[in-house]
Amino acid sequence: MNENRSFETAEARLGQLYQDNKEQIGKGFPAFMQHEREKALAAFLRMGIPDRKTENYKYTDLTKLFENDSFDRAFQPTSFDFDMREVFTCDVPEFDTHLLFHVNGWYYPGNQTTDFPKGMIICSLKQAMMQYPDLVASHYGRMADSESDPIVALNSLFAIDGIFLYIPDNVLIEKPIQVINLLRSEEDLYVTQRNLVVVGKNARVKLMFCDHTLSIHSYIANYLTEVHLLEDAVADIYGTQNQHNGTAHLNGLFIRQERNSGLITNTISLHGGITRNNILVDFAGENAEAGLYGLSLTDRDQLNDNFISVNHNQPGCRSNQIYKNVLDDNSSGGFTGRIHVMPGAKKTEAYQRNNSVLLTKAARMNTKPQLVIDNDDVKCSHGATVGQINEEALFYLQTRGIPEKEARLMLMFAFAHEVLANIRVEPLRQSIDRLINKRLRGEVSRCHNCKLECIR
Amino acid sequence: MLIIKDLHAKVEGKEILRGINLTINAGEVHAIMGPNGSGKSTLANVLAGNTSFEVTKGEVTFNGRDLLAMPADVRAKEGLFLSFQYPVEIPGVSMINFLKTAVNESRKYHQLKELSAGDFLKLMREKKELVQIDSQLTNRSVNEGFSGGEKKKNEIFQMAMLEPKLAILDETDSGLDIDALRIVANGVNLLKRPENATIVVTHYQRLLDYIVPDVVHVLYKGQIVKTAGKDLVLELEEKGYDWIKKELGE
Ligand SMILES: Nc1ncnc2c1ncn2[C@@H]1O[C@H](COP(=O)(O)OP(=O)(O)O)[C@@H](O)[C@H]1O
Ligand SMILES: [Mg+2]
Repeated sequence: MNENRSFETAEARLGQLYQDNKEQIGKGFPAFMQHEREKALAAFLRMGIPDRKTENYKYTDLTKLFENDSFDRAFQPTSFDFDMREVFTCDVPEFDTHLLFHVNGWYYPGNQTTDFPKGMIICSLKQAMMQYPDLVASHYGRMADSESDPIVALNSLFAIDGIFLYIPDNVLIEKPIQVINLLRSEEDLYVTQRNLVVVGKNARVKLMFCDHTLSIHSYIANYLTEVHLLEDAVADIYGTQNQHNGTAHLNGLFIRQERNSGLITNTISLHGGITRNNILVDFAGENAEAGLYGLSLTDRDQLNDNFISVNHNQPGCRSNQIYKNVLDDNSSGGFTGRIHVMPGAKKTEAYQRNNSVLLTKAARMNTKPQLVIDNDDVKCSHGATVGQINEEALFYLQTRGIPEKEARLMLMFAFAHEVLANIRVEPLRQSIDRLINKRLRGEVSRCHNCKLECIR
Repeated sequence: MLIIKDLHAKVEGKEILRGINLTINAGEVHAIMGPNGSGKSTLANVLAGNTSFEVTKGEVTFNGRDLLAMPADVRAKEGLFLSFQYPVEIPGVSMINFLKTAVNESRKYHQLKELSAGDFLKLMREKKELVQIDSQLTNRSVNEGFSGGEKKKNEIFQMAMLEPKLAILDETDSGLDIDALRIVANGVNLLKRPENATIVVTHYQRLLDYIVPDVVHVLYKGQIVKTAGKDLVLELEEKGYDWIKKELGE
């Protein structure tokens, strides 16, 4: 579309891309979305693509990625001229879930949503915007602030589709909801996906996002999920990121927690070229609790950067961050753990830890706690270690007849265990255990039997 | 069973073992005594295959094979066992998984079928009784949060599970109260077979009241400076290590 024009900057190019496609992008959306987009555009142009000078993106320079103008962008749905279940089968048969798909950020129209309880809404974001504009408007954009992050702004600017999930008050969804995000294209593709999850008062849900690539083309995937937990709601949000090396995954998970709500997030980054996770928890009510966990395994030239923020705005809330990285070859990792305790947030408990194991001399890990504590009635701790495999433990295992290679695996697995132990869905935990085992053994850890060979 | 000839070893450029000669036959119990820092643990570690110690000279044969050429895990599977002076805590590795892997690696090596879960648990129960180890301990991570005494018992428990041909007990008595000491010694004695051998490394005579050695060696400054029968233990107890030093003209 823009072949004949040249732009000074990627920002200008993207701004123009929006202007040129404004009609198509905004078609069918309620009026408030127009306002959200204008706000996002201004914020994006103001902040620009993050480079190394951008404080919050110190470890991930995205300028190179965005300089590349060859990525196709679609403002209309991918054609679904195939049966999803033929293209993709999850190889965890005993793992019984409500299975839903996205392809290239678009909600798959063939998703089965009939066996959910009454009152529950599960549909594409765009459909929800048209059908329940007031409901959506009262939550959309409340968790993820375009003003705070250019990647959020970019998502808000181009957001068209994704999943909308509304769980009414007092409803318990027993079976986990598994959302499989597939990337499958005939050319390099930039994908925007925007999800919105509202968990009603005293409702309970377990959500799991599985991110995959099904074709060899390069992708930039800008996925953003907003989650609003109302009073006494409980949510588990798991993610497994398993994409090929040609993928840059810019992932956001923004959660607002009302009084007494409980959250567990567990982000398992198995594979991916560049993976950036922005995870933010905002405590908007008293006595809420959040456990934030993550494990990242990287090799070759991969980069994994976890940027975690927890805002203790209210008294009596508890948060715990445990993030671990295993870095092989020439890979690198970043961890930023933010804890902000506001003056009124008495009786806060906030803990944070990042532990990394470097398997080679070339692997690098950057870790940085950022604690801002504005009252003294708090229990807080943070810690970070970057180390190698414990040689003494390795020798001990070997003296019991365990070969070195196996002993190393046992120790790496032991290292990962603390994160995996916080997956509260047993079959999921077991399947992730298996994937990690395979991954640590250097085997290709595709967790699905896709027909397409995309590993590269 | 074990023949050590003129063994020299270095750590961080410093020579710790300076020509050890030692022969151990099946059925024998040898005690290695000596003051702190004389190289007892270094010898035990070198024999077990710790690569942070560099062997600079000498040879060791174990049941006719070149021990020093084998990696640590193969030495273990060939029947060598080291009870560590300071057992390592390994958080996240469960005792059960650890022992099952160890037992089955050894069975695989000897071309035996791996134990079924049931048979493994049965074996574990049997051996636990033998060393009277607290049942709860085997539900934990390897040595994690174990007391000093529990760690030592756990070493003997592992030895019972692995049934080695040659066990080297490095200061297994230190940190044990008298009851624990008796249990540990009893375990060692129960596991004794005519075809097996034991090296008891200690600098007290206490343990040797319970595990009676056939031969006693004194290791001093990286060399075996005295070898005699079990009466040497009493003599050392009486006269202390200064007596050895004097004899050596120091
Ligand atoms: N890993 C090591 N690095 C440096 N020096 C060591 C190391 N291990 C042992 N040593 C030194 O080797 C000598 C012998 O130690 P060790 O074998 O532990 O003696 P023992 O067990 O007889 O008390 C001591 O001087 C000790 O400081
Ligand atoms: Mg010692």
